[in-house]
Amino acid sequence: MADEPLVLGIETSCDETGVGIVRGHTLLADAVASSVDEHARFGGVVPEVASRAHLEAMVPTIQRALKEAGVAAGDLDGIAVTAGPGLAGALLVGVSAAKAYAYALGKPLYGVNHLASHICVDQLEHGALPEPTMALLVSGGHSSLLLAPDITSDVRTLGSTIDDAAGEAFDKVARVLGLGFPGGPVIDRWAKEGDPDAIRFPRGLTGSRDPHYDFSFSGVNTAVARRVEERRREGVEVPIADVAASFQEAVTDVLTRKAIRACRDNGVDHLMIGGGVAANSRLRSMAEERCADAGLKLRVPRPKLCTDNGAMVAALGAEMVARNVTPSSLDLPADASLPVTEPHVPGHGHGHG
Amino acid sequence: MLLLAFDTATPAVTAAVHDGTTVLAESTSIDARRHGELLMPAVDCVLREAGAELDAVTGIVVGVGPGPYTGLRVGLVTAAAFGDALGIPVHGICTLDGLAYASGIDGPFVVATDARRKEVYWAHYAGPRTRSSDPAVDRPGDIATQVAGLPAVGAGAALYPEVFTDIRAPADQSAGALAALAAAKLAEGEPFENEGGLPALPLYLRRPDAQVPAAYKAVLPK
Ligand SMILES: [Zn+2]
Repeated sequence: MADEPLVLGIETSCDETGVGIVRGHTLLADAVASSVDEHARFGGVVPEVASRAHLEAMVPTIQRALKEAGVAAGDLDGIAVTAGPGLAGALLVGVSAAKAYAYALGKPLYGVNHLASHICVDQLEHGALPEPTMALLVSGGHSSLLLAPDITSDVRTLGSTIDDAAGEAFDKVARVLGLGFPGGPVIDRWAKEGDPDAIRFPRGLTGSRDPHYDFSFSGVNTAVARRVEERRREGVEVPIADVAASFQEAVTDVLTRKAIRACRDNGVDHLMIGGGVAANSRLRSMAEERCADAGLKLRVPRPKLCTDNGAMVAALGAEMVARNVTPSSLDLPADASLPVTEPHVPGHGHGHG
Repeated sequence: MLLLAFDTATPAVTAAVHDGTTVLAESTSIDARRHGELLMPAVDCVLREAGAELDAVTGIVVGVGPGPYTGLRVGLVTAAAFGDALGIPVHGICTLDGLAYASGIDGPFVVATDARRKEVYWAHYAGPRTRSSDPAVDRPGDIATQVAGLPAVGAGAALYPEVFTDIRAPADQSAGALAALAAAKLAEGEPFENEGGLPALPLYLRRPDAQVPAAYKAVLPK
């Protein structure tokens, strides 16, 4: 069992109810129920709407995942769940469900970090992670450069955003352009029709005296807004495709440039990119070109594994089972602001079994 | 019959094991902010104390609210997961009904729990097992005439003594009472909140607070 543990993972940190099942590094099921359509008209995720949807979707999504994987709940070696970071009420639904399944089935419980899961998911795509792993984590809530000597116990932050997360920047620009929510996929689509060199938007924190690994996206956001408003004020049509392409180019340029620098500086021969923004097609193609030029091996999971899902939680849980990490206790809390440096949440110690 | 009951719709995190005749074990702690942390250790504790094996449990009883949502969902998703994992039915009971049953008051009275934001969740009862109005959420001042002079049960009532003038016990929910009510209903073939094998759904009573983000803010000076 220890080599290829069979683990079910539950993810409810935002608006996706995700349940994944893995056997070691093999993906067996990846079931997702999303409430994204219910949030679209509000222009952002409404926490209470997300929490209500998680409660309704939880058991059916678990049943769907077990069926898809063709395994019985009793055969599982462990249950993993996102303990944080994320929306407090949404996390609590998943954590409570995971505890009840773990207790009722007599299986060990693993409270895991959502961000470390975004990295560990690549084991399902490209096999065991190198140690250390250099990861660029880009999502709606986070933009960080991380160095992980051990994804189950030791994740270090080299740099992170000082204002907006990369995904937030996409949402804001989409709102300015009137393209709706969420912004990532729609900007990606429009950008394909536009000229990435049409407008030179600012690249934040890329001066020689700026911190090497930190990010800032508020400057490019303001520049896009200014550009669009000026056009509108003059009564000139806004070239949406060119703005989207040029904005996307500016963001991906900074992300890849800093990530590759971090690899070089730390003597790491690969770059892992994870998180929802890693589904962006331009980020993927630019990273591919630049990593090839720099002699680095690029590891990016397929887009469906980059956005929030239960498989990534199961992947990290399976790694914990394989490494004999002590399971979490039954009083495991949901921690909305769990730091990226804590891949595993043990709970306070009122254990069972 | 062996029932595992719990309720997280009020500040009380309460769990109990009931064998159809009597409460074998009960645990109740009052902490409005830690439902998620406290519930499973409480469940583990009452099962051990009752000396009950989990696979001997024949049904889950859960309070379906009304109650503040974040805590309420802890009990409901736990019940749903237990029901699924153990392959046993989940019986949903209105949280106010549990308090009414525990009060044993014969005659008209009201039950009120704290809904925060200066409101209460409440209902009228004609007897300990007879609710005579739908659960509602209101400002105490707005229902003063409807509850005037009636005995009132629940910590929500005790918060507003100027409206609820005849406060009676209990103040807090007890999973033991909830389980006893469920056992009585099961014995008499009475329906639960979730009839026909449907999942036990929460009584939210309020629509979600959905803050529509302010209209796009211009960066250029006007
Ligand atoms: Zn994420």
